[in-house]
Amino acid sequence: MAGTGKAHLRDSPDVLLRIEDLVVEFPVGRTGLKVNAVSGISLDVLKGETLGLVGESGCGKSTTGRAIMQLPRPTSGSVQFEGKELTAMQGDAMREARTRMQMIFQDPISSLNPRRKVRQIVMEPLNIWKRGTDADRAKKVDGILEEVGIDPVRAGESQPHQFSGGQCQRISIARSLVLDPSLIICDEPVSALDVSVQAQVLNLLEDLKAEYGLTLIFIAHDLAVVKNISDRVAVMYLGKICEVAPSDVLYENPAHHYTSVLLNSIPVPDPEVAVTKTAIEGEPPSPVLPPPGCRFNPRCPAAQDICRSEEPQLRAVGEGHFVACHFPTVTPVELSSR
Amino acid sequence: MSTQIQASARDIDGPLLELKDVTTHFKTPRGVVRAVDGVSFTLDRGKALGIVGESGSGKTILSRSIMGLLPPRGTIRGGSIKFEGREIGNLDRKAMRSVWGKEMAMIFQDPMTSLNPVMKIGRQIAEPLQIHLGMTKQNALATAERLLQDVRIPEAKRRLEQYPHEMSGGMRQRVMIAIALACGPTALFADEPTTALDVTVQAQILDLLGEQRRDRNMSLVLVTHDLGVVAGHTDEIAVMYGGKLVEKASTKGLFANMKMPYTEALLNSIPKLEDRSHTRLSAIAGRPPDLVNPPKGCRFAPRCPYAAEKCINEEPPLIATAEDPNHLYACWYPVGSEAYHEAKVRIAASKHATDALAAAGGN
Repeated sequence: MAGTGKAHLRDSPDVLLRIEDLVVEFPVGRTGLKVNAVSGISLDVLKGETLGLVGESGCGKSTTGRAIMQLPRPTSGSVQFEGKELTAMQGDAMREARTRMQMIFQDPISSLNPRRKVRQIVMEPLNIWKRGTDADRAKKVDGILEEVGIDPVRAGESQPHQFSGGQCQRISIARSLVLDPSLIICDEPVSALDVSVQAQVLNLLEDLKAEYGLTLIFIAHDLAVVKNISDRVAVMYLGKICEVAPSDVLYENPAHHYTSVLLNSIPVPDPEVAVTKTAIEGEPPSPVLPPPGCRFNPRCPAAQDICRSEEPQLRAVGEGHFVACHFPTVTPVELSSR
Repeated sequence: MSTQIQASARDIDGPLLELKDVTTHFKTPRGVVRAVDGVSFTLDRGKALGIVGESGSGKTILSRSIMGLLPPRGTIRGGSIKFEGREIGNLDRKAMRSVWGKEMAMIFQDPMTSLNPVMKIGRQIAEPLQIHLGMTKQNALATAERLLQDVRIPEAKRRLEQYPHEMSGGMRQRVMIAIALACGPTALFADEPTTALDVTVQAQILDLLGEQRRDRNMSLVLVTHDLGVVAGHTDEIAVMYGGKLVEKASTKGLFANMKMPYTEALLNSIPKLEDRSHTRLSAIAGRPPDLVNPPKGCRFAPRCPYAAEKCINEEPPLIATAEDPNHLYACWYPVGSEAYHEAKVRIAASKHATDALAAAGGN
């Protein structure tokens, strides 16, 4: 898991977003140490695709999402969105670019201003960018609110606390859609919701994606949820990418030991399925002093000497299936390196 | 005030916990919220019970009612809660103090906010030992170290001197479990103990709870919205909806033979790993009922795809299945019944008609 390498990047005219060698570091007080939140990852997303980012807390998945938005700016690396380099962009150009990419956050209630009416919250982006006349804006907001299943009349009179968690997440989704973005970064959008409401919101995201031709980056720690909504999944661990694969392939044929661990940790709603799965001990080590070699080696059941000294690079093990592991559970098909 | 429990009043042979028609209502400006509305069940010693339901189903209020952890003002309580044969439903907070810790303990969802941020971990675990068991500070700290080892925290001795912010979420939840286990409770209530945690850590914490339950012959009540969490870690499951118990069975019995359409809908809404990606999830339409004015008949009827006239007007009683007297459900047309199948055919037909109409409209 410690995969740097770009073998998995695609050369397609349909690439909407391309991240290369993205590094995000945060200083630790005045100690001179730094948190290696994201350590040189590369990813691409095609138009209309949903990319899932999974991993445990602290693996850098949210930081990656925010670094794409340049919030905060990455320490180094390149982020190309719709053919433009975002890391070099400043001021108005940056603000303009951000209208094309929006975010939805985990906690639906605290991500909405509690003192304003829901309809105003959804309309604000349009007001800021002075899009259309008042009548146009009202029509657009009402249309989108209907679309996400919120009554526009009630939204005009009510504040966020008068809605349930699931409804607040719908409102956040509506707000992210009003500027007609091409990319939506969803950071754990359903983790705070009940399973029944989670299913509603996931279905809604699928519908809206089809209707508005959206591209999604879906960040979550639950592989079952990510698998359901994504076309392609990248598994992250301690700031690195371990495995990238089409979501069905990842589930049927995980190549990285860490992916298997994540898959096995998901509670199966069936008491007949024995609980004799390989659970993993411990928690990820600190990203301040990540282990040398493959970053997963201290917890990996298959770790050998080379894993402790040499960092594995991403390589192909199947069609669109890439893994960064010295001893993958799937035999590599070709060892071409870029 | 009886600060100690009379040993004579205890019933060692009967069930550990016996609830009869427990109601918990809250007075609010909007009216009386019927959060828990007539729940009865028993829990045996050493068993694990899962209480499952959506937000607002009353599962948390029910567990807090048993623990006596409700705001004293505006709460109207009814029914009987017996713990080891002794009525505890009417005890005030002062009397409950002898029950908390030694008899029953609780862990909460959010490990970030349930620990005291300005107190060292060691002191937080030692505190109940000193208060409830009368240990000296030194003994209590030594026991605290052993408890941290029990919950698999490495370098327990060093951790005693740390503050909560120095630990990860999973570690903090382990500390919460250590505090709850400190006085050797007979029953442990865990309210969404893993909802705030990663899946890998969730698996570890659930295994830890199961292991401690077996080692200590303790009963465990696991409150959660996720049927997946309870499936592998409980003996029995109680499903709640709208403040009522709507189905209760052994875990195996429930999954093998679900009776209540709500239970089935909850299970179906979980994304399955086996399904291809982009498989449409079967969400439960609508929202849980407003418990100020709950529906007259079955409380799930407004959201139930199989609901008929009778469901809307008459409340179904909680009855046992023909095969298993311990499998209870409250539904007029349970899963598998003739009316259920008829409704299913009807729904399929109407969906087919809508699809055909849409296809025709598309041409």
